[in-house]
Amino acid sequence: MHIKYFSWVRDQIGVESENITISNEITNVYDLLKHLKSTSEKHNKALNDISVIRCAVNMEVVNLDFSINDNDEIALFPPMTGG
Amino acid sequence: MIKVQENDFDINLEIKKITSHNKNIGGVGSFIGIVRGNDDENLKSLTLEHYPIMTEKMLEKINLKARNRWKLIDSLIIHRYGKLYPGDQIVLVATFSQHRKDALEACEFLIDWLKTKAPFWKLEETSAGKNWVKEKYSDLDAAKKW
Repeated sequence: MHIKYFSWVRDQIGVESENITISNEITNVYDLLKHLKSTSEKHNKALNDISVIRCAVNMEVVNLDFSINDNDEIALFPPMTGG
Repeated sequence: MIKVQENDFDINLEIKKITSHNKNIGGVGSFIGIVRGNDDENLKSLTLEHYPIMTEKMLEKINLKARNRWKLIDSLIIHRYGKLYPGDQIVLVATFSQHRKDALEACEFLIDWLKTKAPFWKLEETSAGKNWVKEKYSDLDAAKKW
């Protein structure tokens, strides 16, 4: 699974993107966030407050209960501030 | 039409490109967003980051929504990214219709929606340091009213 990070989420985690292999136990975005938080202290800190994390799966913004699979492109970022 | 670009734009040129070949257009609604110098802290620059391809997709989606809701002859969104400075233009929304109501309402809708739904993030650099701009409740409320 390919994961991209943007804005301060990327700054805090320290990488722009990463590839991870997910276990069968990870079925939705919420599970993925929980898993990522366990991978390092930086991930844990960046993703600690889920209320300020937005997620896109294959470039569509989705909710935390959205189902994901290994071929998806996931992006994690803070609320958008365009315009 | 959607354009996501680093370069600046000229509103007169952009509008003429569309009005010159659409003689039914009776009005143009337009909005230009500009980098605002901050009164309290001296804003040095504003860097806009975006999520390529998703940005274009989201802007297309928002644009289509406007085209389905209002009677528009054409519409244009130009959004810049990269490092900008106070006074620089960030975004142009222009809507073209036979009558003003459609153009004006659609223009307001487009700018309200793209503020919270297009994947852009702003990094402010002031004399105090660098700071990612937070989402504003007023922008969320503005987007909800549609």
